[in-house]
Amino acid sequence: MSEVAEAPQKVREPLLSKQNRKLLSDPMDDNNPITIQVLGICSALAVTTQLKPAFVLSVCVVFVCAFANLTISVLRKGIPPRIRMIVQLVVIASLVILVDQFLRAFAYEISRELSVFIGLIITNCIVMGRLEAFAMANKPWPAFLDGIGNGLGYGAILIIVAALRELFGAGNLLGYPIIPQFMYDWGYMNNGVMVTPAAAMFIIGLIIWWQRSRKPELVDIS
Amino acid sequence: MQFLRNQLDAIEEKVKDNKYLHTTFDAIHTFLYKPNHVSKASGGVHIHDGMDLKRTMFMVVVAMQLALLFGMWNIGHQHYAAYGVNAGLGDAMFTKFLYGMFQMLPLIVVANLVGLGIEFIFAAKRGHAVEEGFLVSGMLIPLIMPPAVPLWMVALATAFAVIIGKEAFGGTGMNPLNIALLARVFVFFAYPTEISGDIVWVDYAPNFINNILGLGVPAGAALADTFSGATPLALAAKGGWSNVLTQYSVSEMFWGTIPGSIGETCKPAIILGALMLIGMGIASWRIMLSMIIGAAVMGFLLNIGGEFISVSMLKLPEANPFFAVPWYYHYIMGSFFFAMAFMATDPVTAAQTNTGKWIYGFMIGVCGIIVRVMNPAYPEGWMLAILFCNVFAPLIDNYVIQSNIKRRLARGH
Repeated sequence: MSEVAEAPQKVREPLLSKQNRKLLSDPMDDNNPITIQVLGICSALAVTTQLKPAFVLSVCVVFVCAFANLTISVLRKGIPPRIRMIVQLVVIASLVILVDQFLRAFAYEISRELSVFIGLIITNCIVMGRLEAFAMANKPWPAFLDGIGNGLGYGAILIIVAALRELFGAGNLLGYPIIPQFMYDWGYMNNGVMVTPAAAMFIIGLIIWWQRSRKPELVDIS
Repeated sequence: MQFLRNQLDAIEEKVKDNKYLHTTFDAIHTFLYKPNHVSKASGGVHIHDGMDLKRTMFMVVVAMQLALLFGMWNIGHQHYAAYGVNAGLGDAMFTKFLYGMFQMLPLIVVANLVGLGIEFIFAAKRGHAVEEGFLVSGMLIPLIMPPAVPLWMVALATAFAVIIGKEAFGGTGMNPLNIALLARVFVFFAYPTEISGDIVWVDYAPNFINNILGLGVPAGAALADTFSGATPLALAAKGGWSNVLTQYSVSEMFWGTIPGSIGETCKPAIILGALMLIGMGIASWRIMLSMIIGAAVMGFLLNIGGEFISVSMLKLPEANPFFAVPWYYHYIMGSFFFAMAFMATDPVTAAQTNTGKWIYGFMIGVCGIIVRVMNPAYPEGWMLAILFCNVFAPLIDNYVIQSNIKRRLARGH
């Protein structure tokens, strides 16, 4: 990801130019916030036991990430650099409270299931990381797209991990039984490791391994 | 022998230039024949020992054979005894052995096929030589499983251990954790009902080979009245040493005619294997001895302080009867000797320095007894204690080396 400072542009570029589409697609691929930047691991381990909460959390992070990026990008010239972190935190926190209240009003059960993890989006390093790395130096529209892209990249990993964990740990997907009864009759059993957060670590590790052996240039030995 | 040599030479011509097959061929070749390396640079004054890594590994497998043979007989013995058929020790010895052997063979085949298969694939892909580190793991994994464990679980656990525990870290010699124990710990946490409790330590149902051959007691027969199937450790956790003695005598536990993981029960066989490894200089006697001392110290402390620890520190209503099990009897319950001889001494994952080995073994001894006695959820402690100390081994080595450097620097001033 090239964190180039905003260059003066004369020509008005189309809303979804090639560069802007890259902002959306890169985090899903070679600049994934979880597998490449290794951010947001804590919630990826904690809320991926089942698919539904993982999905809801992903949507929330996409929302927070996108609008926090947008807001900070609009305000970027007016924020004094010395207190920028606090301003960013205030913006993120307001958005998270908005999401939290919304969930409590319209999806109380899921809100209870996710409990503290909605509030903890504030501490999700991805959100703050994108604000610092991108929104502070780019125009609102690209920043908004970058927020959506990173939220989706985070959500994609969350959903992959949660789907695998729910399928092998409980035999369900979204709460519906997937593994047929005759498999259990033949001696198949649900895997207890998959229910523990350790499984999420193994799965993310395997994804990282697969991704980097496919593209060795992603390996950074620091 | 010449026939084998000719065959190998003929095959070598064909696979020499194949990108994937030559590592596989190389592995089989060096397994059958000692490599003909001689040192040239120094004018031939150095002698290459035939005892390379493969022979070393293979000697460990040889050392396990007594425990394996006894384990096979014991599978059969426990099976027949459970149904009250041929319950005497000397009855139908050969039938029992055959039954156990056929029950055991699929386990060994599956563990080795899966593990070696993965190893060969990774070696071919990465283009490095196959190191037969898995020979030992492939034999250890069946030996530390309960006799009736489903084969697909063994396959899955072996694949997990080899891929995540070894290949992810770079292959043989790079693994921070013991591969065989990793496979067992996977089964333990993924499928706890198959590897703990009172009913998994005896093989109740004959597998397909035994069904074809007509060995074993067919399914549906009634269990003998006096039979329980609980291991000594499970009994001790419930009611202390006196509860153990209601089921098993001390000599039964020592000679190993009790239910348990396949290879762990017969203590004399394991001790002979351990002595062989020490005599050949393969396993470290320091680790074994310090592990025995560690277990003794912790067991003794629990003996004299059982009342104080359980009532004052752990706030239990009364003293845990397991604390009072005499420390010297801890050795013959469960898998202490097996873990000591074949697991803790794994040269890759143990501490490397001599002082470090003493600390490492002692830590395992202490941790193992703590897990075994104090935690009712984990009936046996050595698996977790060894994995735990595997993680600490590099740290121990680091401090040993650093303190050595400091001491020698101080001497110089």
